[in-house]
This record gives sequence, C-alpha cells and structure tokens, in this order.
Amino acid sequence: MPPVLELKGITKRFPGVLANDHIDLTLNEGEILALLGENGAGKSTLMNILYGLYQPDEGEVFIRGEKITIHSPIDAIRAGIGMVHQHFMLIPVFTVTENIMLGAESVRMGDFLDRPAAAARIREISSRYGLEVDPNAYVRDLPVGVQQRVEIIKLLYREANILIFDEPTAVLTPQEADELFVIMRELARQGKSIIFITHKLREVLDVADRIMVIRRGAVVGETVPAQADRQTLAAMMVGREVRLEVEKRIARAGDVVLEVHDLVVTDAQKQITVDGVSFDVRAGEILGVAGVQGNGQTELVEAVTGLRQPVSGSIRLLGQDVTRATPREIIELGTAHVPEDRQRDGLVLSFPVAENIVLCTYYKPPFARGVQLQREIIYETANRLIADFDIRTPSASTTVGSLSGGNQQKVIIAREFSRPIHLLVASQPTRGLDVGSIEYIHQRIVQKRDEGCAVLLVSPELDEVMELSDRIAVMYRGKIVAIVPAESATKSYIGLLMAGVSPEQAGAPQEGERIVESTF
Amino acid sequence: MATIVVHRKWEAVSPTRQRVMGLVELGSALIMLLVFTLKVQPGQMATFVMTPGGLTQGIAGNWVVPAFSTLMALTVVNFLLGMVQLVRGFGRWTNAVLGVVVAFFVFSFLTWATAGKSLNLLGMLSAAVLLAVPIILGAFSGVLCERAGVVNIAIEGMMLMAAMVGALVGSVTKNMWMGLLAAVASSVLLAWVHAVLSIKYKINQIISGTVINIFSTGMTSYLSSKFLQTYQELNNPPIFPRVPIPLLADIPILGPLFFNTNLFVYLVFLLLIILQVALFTTRWGLRLRSVGEHPKAADTLGINVFATRYMAVLLGGVVAGIGGAFFTLGSVGRFDEMMTAGKGFIGLAAMIFGNWTPLGAFFAGLLFGFTDSVATKLTILGTGIPIQFMAMAPYITTMVVLAGLVGRGQMPAADGTPYEKE
Repeated sequence: MPPVLELKGITKRFPGVLANDHIDLTLNEGEILALLGENGAGKSTLMNILYGLYQPDEGEVFIRGEKITIHSPIDAIRAGIGMVHQHFMLIPVFTVTENIMLGAESVRMGDFLDRPAAAARIREISSRYGLEVDPNAYVRDLPVGVQQRVEIIKLLYREANILIFDEPTAVLTPQEADELFVIMRELARQGKSIIFITHKLREVLDVADRIMVIRRGAVVGETVPAQADRQTLAAMMVGREVRLEVEKRIARAGDVVLEVHDLVVTDAQKQITVDGVSFDVRAGEILGVAGVQGNGQTELVEAVTGLRQPVSGSIRLLGQDVTRATPREIIELGTAHVPEDRQRDGLVLSFPVAENIVLCTYYKPPFARGVQLQREIIYETANRLIADFDIRTPSASTTVGSLSGGNQQKVIIAREFSRPIHLLVASQPTRGLDVGSIEYIHQRIVQKRDEGCAVLLVSPELDEVMELSDRIAVMYRGKIVAIVPAESATKSYIGLLMAGVSPEQAGAPQEGERIVESTF
Repeated sequence: MATIVVHRKWEAVSPTRQRVMGLVELGSALIMLLVFTLKVQPGQMATFVMTPGGLTQGIAGNWVVPAFSTLMALTVVNFLLGMVQLVRGFGRWTNAVLGVVVAFFVFSFLTWATAGKSLNLLGMLSAAVLLAVPIILGAFSGVLCERAGVVNIAIEGMMLMAAMVGALVGSVTKNMWMGLLAAVASSVLLAWVHAVLSIKYKINQIISGTVINIFSTGMTSYLSSKFLQTYQELNNPPIFPRVPIPLLADIPILGPLFFNTNLFVYLVFLLLIILQVALFTTRWGLRLRSVGEHPKAADTLGINVFATRYMAVLLGGVVAGIGGAFFTLGSVGRFDEMMTAGKGFIGLAAMIFGNWTPLGAFFAGLLFGFTDSVATKLTILGTGIPIQFMAMAPYITTMVVLAGLVGRGQMPAADGTPYEKE
C-alpha cells in the first residue's frame, strides 16, 4: 500500500535563500512524524507548500500514490490535508459551532444556517476522538487548550486525514500540552496521519513515531525516539555539540536590589493585568517569573522598567523609590532591560549596529561632547563589543535589521551587559532563537548573576525558567500565586500553578514527577 | 483523561466608564430638577397634540398632563437610574438605560417648554422619523461595510452624490423611479471606487473615504450651481407620495408615524428586517462577518476575502444611494448644495452607538433624528435658547456618543485593516 503522503524533491527558493533543498518525506497511515528543526530551518515553508500557501519551484506531492498539485488551501482541504496553525485561525466573537462550520456550513431553506445539525456533528466528532468542547460556547471564553481542540475539530469536520500541527505547544501550559499529546495519539490510533512541527526536543521524544531533522532547508537525518536522546537530536539540529544543561553554582544572594510592593498595573485597554504583586530580587540571584503568556508579565516588566505607569503600589530600586521614575532614570540607576519583542522595543532596526549599541548611553561622555556625537569613539566601542560578544555582522555600520535574530539579540545583550548594572530585567531573552544562541545567552545571564547582579527573568518557556532561576514566581491572571525555591520545584507543580490551580490543590511538589505518565 | 482546568472569563470591568456614566445620568436628573421642574408654575398644564396635521387616519386624542408632577416623576426616575448606574452598573444594558435617561431628559425638556402651551408632539415625532431615514440608511450602509472589515466614511459623499443625481435624473425623466435608480447607481459607482482603492490597492480607508467625500462635495456643488440652480426645470423631480398601508395606517399614534408615509420609511423597515436576519442567521452573513473579524481564518477555510468585501461595500453603496435619494425624491423635492449636512457621518455614529447591528443602528438613528426634530420644533415654540444652539443639538449628541460615553462596543476585529495574502 502506498504511503498516505509522499513529498519528492521539494525545492523552494526565496531571493537569496534556499528554503527547501530537495526534501523527500513520506508519511504512513496512523503515524506521527515529527519534523524537528530550528527557526528558519525551512519546516514552515515546507508545510505552507503542502497547505497550498506557497508553490514549490521543484518537486512533486503524492497522496496515496496519486500525484496532485495544490494551488490553494481549498485544494489542500479537498485532498484531506488540514493544518492547526501556530496562531489559531479562530474568530473570538463566534461560537465554537460557527467557527467550525465556517466555509462548510450546514444550511436549510436556502441559505439559513442549520446550527443544530452542525452542533450535532461536532458532538459526534468530540466524543469519537475525546475532544471535549461545548459547541455553543463563544471561542473568546475558552482557554487556549480548548481553542486548540476547536481547531482540531475544524479539520476533522472537513474529514482531513493528514493533520499538520505547527508548533502546537507554544501557547500551552505543560498540562495542556500533555492533553494534546494524548489527543494526537488517539487520532493516530484511529488512522489519522500526523505531521508535528516543533523545535522542542522533549516533545519529539514523547510523542513521535518517527523523527525527521531539518537543517538549513535540507533533511539531515531521520531516527526513531527509541534510538535518540535530546543530546543527539540537538547536535543534529544545530550541526555541532550543544550543552543543554546550564552550568551554574549555588547562588549567593546578597542585599535586596529590587523591591516590588502591592503593584497594580493596567494595560492599554485599562484592564487590570498586574493585580497586587509583591516580590523582591536580591543581588546575585535569578528570580524567574513563570506563567502562560498574557497573564500580566508584559505589564509587570514594563512597570519595573518605567515604560508603563503603575496604578498603585511601589517599586524600589537600590532603596530608591522608582514607582513613577522615567525609563532613563531607571537605566541610570543601573538597570538593564532585554525586552520581549526585540525588534519593536529593543532595537532601532534601520540604525547601524554601532548606534544601537550606544542607545542607552549616547548622550553622555565619551560618546557625546555637548550636543555632538563622537562617531569615532562610538565605532571603536562597537567594534570592541562586537568582538567581545561574538556578534556576527559584516561591520559595525551594518543596519541591525539585516542581522539574524540571534545576532540581533546579541546586540541588545552587548549594549545592556557592557554597562555597570545592578539589575537585569530579561523578558523572553531567547524567544525565537536557535539552540546555539540560547546556550550562549543563558551562560551570559548566569555570568551576570555570579558577578552580583540581581536578575528578573520572565519567560513563558517553563524549561528556561526552571533551568536558570534560583527562585520561581508563578504568575496567573495578574497575581503571583506562589514563589518557590528552584530546587524544590517540579515541572508538574509549576505547570499546575500556571494553569490556575491553587498551591494547596497542586500539592507539595514531588521529586522527579513527570506528568506524561500520569495522564495515561 | 487528564483534568480540564476551567478558566473563568476575564471580567471586562471598566469602573471609570460606569462611574462617569452614572454621574452624567445624575447630572441630567439635577438639571431636570433645577432647570425644568422648579421653573414651572404649579397647576400649569402641558398639552401634547397626538395627531400630525393634515391627516384623517389614525386620529388620537390630545395628551394633557400636569407639568409639575410629570417633571417631578421623570426627575426621580432618572435620579434612581443614575444612582443604580453609579453604584453597581447595568452591565450589558448600560447603553439601553442611557437611552431611556436621555429620552426622559428630552421629554421633560419638552414638558417644560410646553407648560401652559400646546405642542404637536406627534407632528414632531413624525418629522423625527423622516429626519432619521437618511441617518438610519447611512448607518445600515456602514454596518454592511464595516462588518466585512472596510471602514466607509465615504457614505456622506455617496449620499450627497445620490441626492443630486436623483434630483437631476428624476427631473429629466419626470419619473421618480428612474431618479431613484440613477441615484443608487451613482452611489454604487462611488462605493466601487472606495472598494478598489481600499481593498485592491490597500490605501488607507479613511483617506480613500475622505477623497470621495471631497470629490462629491466639489462635483455636486459645481453641477448644482452651473445647471440645477440656473435651469430650474432640471431641479424639480417628482417626489414619492405618501402611501397609507390599509388598516395599519388607522392605528392611533403608530399609524401616522410609520404606516402612513412614503416608500423610504417602508424601505428602512424592510432593510432592517432583511439585514438583521441575513447578517446573523444565514451563511452569507456568517461569511461576511468572518471576513470582517479574521480575514486570514476565513481565507484558510476557502472563503474569498476580496470578493466578499467587494460585495459588502457595493451593497453598502446601494443602501447609501437610497438614503441619498431620500433627500431629493423623498422629502424636499429639489437639490441644494451640501444638503446632506453631515447625515452620513451621523449615520456612522448611529452605527457605532448601535454596536454594528442593524437593530441597534435603527434605534440610534431614531434618537438622532429625534434630537434634530426637537431642535427644529423648539425653535418655533420659543424657549429663549438661541436658534444656533438648538441647531447644534444633533451634532452635539453625535459628539457625545462618539467621544466614547457609550463605550466602544464590539467593533469588528479587522475593521479598517486591508487584507494581504501571503
């Protein structure tokens, strides 16, 4: 019997880039194939070709041995291919039924929607695959994990046989991710074939039947979980040996550097997003803030760095009240900020590397004399930092926008870390970076801590928080629900707190507990 | 199965808005007390005539009410509503309650102005309905466009153009139907320009709309002064007559208001029902709304975003065209420069006030029409308030509404954003 899906020699060129280089791929019935690769390796391009969003320059697609061409998502849907997009394609103000039936509506009397009929079919699909969801709920009221189920039902409603999951766990708590894996296995057991795109090594080993690794647009290896471990997979992905564990000594916490008391912050829509948060960070320790994205972390960081005025509460830095201080006052007290969106808040993309490197200090000697910038000194400093921080750029006068994500982040790190600082606020410092850059940035953060800097680390990647932090604060719906020492925290305990379970219900953390096993 | 963590919805509280609204409502009660209630002579009666002049069907007796006690009652109700709003709010009924408060405020104003005199209330209301027609049609046009994700501020210009073309073609052909058809065609043409600019060429939709408005103003003024004012026979179209609907026209009060009037009012009702039903219960409506909320999601499900938006804007053009034709073929019977006088913009305000639904837009349009009519009538009654201030009433109402007193409702998420395919 021919495989469900076969790609032969798929090649896609973008100006200056070979995104896919003669990729061959086969997918069998009832199989979960993991497509592993770093950001920019070409996974998404390949899947967008399969879903009809891009046309390949070369290569052929076969469905059950039959050659087809896919010009648009409609063709893909007809061929039984469905995709769960990383950013959900759901309409928040529509009900679950409306979202699922859209484009394939049940109608009666001409053009009138037959919602009950569609809802009945959704219930049938729900119960068949164990995808619990209320067809009459509005999508905006559903937690992210359930929204993802709606996306999956959307595909099953159209009778898709080949399901593509594009980085499906990026927005989920660890528990929700585990539920998703259970669902994926159930789908595969009932004969659906699944392509699972990710760069997270642990997930691949947990759920895949077969693993394909892509680097720089080409397939560099294929393996099965039984014969692989994180170390070998990481090496395949990056093309060299990578240290996955961060080496760090026990923290020697000193005096309190940052003191946040009963802080209340609202977002742009005047909604309270940080709701009475108190904590402190000491010199020489890393306080990690864990939490699913959108639980107030962004506003918390903005308040601490002076970018957003808090409604009430106080922030003290080195004993000084900085609650209403300007960003520059806070910077001058010795605060470094690695923002969560480096392209929007961290860099001026159209400025050269050198100018970005002095963005915090350009107005002071030696970079400025009176109103005039000292170009030579700026470029000397930039060249020194480019060497020190290993920034891969053609020159100091290259615009930052043309660098890769990892090197852009290094420009920020160089700017922020080369100043004398007492507090480092790092928000998602490794977002979208490859394994190699992550390793580098983690080492730099730990190094700063060891130099006696207080570090406030915010990240939705639980692994990152757990590896780096000395203490972990969990944020949920704008509140810090618990602060636990890193050595006594387990992934499942923190995960439950992130999902809104109260510390009492979550129970005391137990050593070595893994959730994946507990769900079967 | 693993446990499902049930999340509660984020509470959408805006305490500030609730409080401001409450204070505004209490303020209205205070004004009613000090300015109206305490200023009438005890024992004065206010006489409201409940049959518009010149009608023989649906006659109703006059209302004669004691001014002081009526005013006192209305003041107390508004005070109570304001207190409740301030203390705990009305949730999703907030706007409806505000509407009631405003209505009572206006009615006490009328009672105060009429105390010891007589006012043809129904005449005023029926004028209000007619004044509301172009506002409501403009709002419907806006609902169609914006629900599909295209902001259309060109409705004003489309109505103005339709008004002129309707008058011109109506006069030339001596046929009101031809005039209506030509009016609609001219409006659709402008809508098509807006669609091409904003959907195909992805020009900023506000700018595209402004350009069309400026074009319409200039074009109609030029043609009007060059031809319509000079050759009066080109500016004398037949108007749609009053057509009483059998039986319904005989109902007192409602009959004269809604069922003994011309085609345009009936069209408003027809469109209200069609749009409300079609938008929310048909496949057509679901797809149209999906394109305005999340065009990319619609696209991945095989819905043609561009075609859907074109259709919505062109249909919006049809509706705005009818609204424009009303000025010349449904009410005045001649074209005057700038005769739409911002009714298209007020229509957009009604659309926002009505939360982008046809039903809401309808009631909001009636409210705006009513303020307009109050302004006109009271100028005649003579209240001591300068005419200029009275004439501002509809625009001030619009500004207050748009300034966010009623809050931004559920605007379509992709409203005003051009869709770009990858």
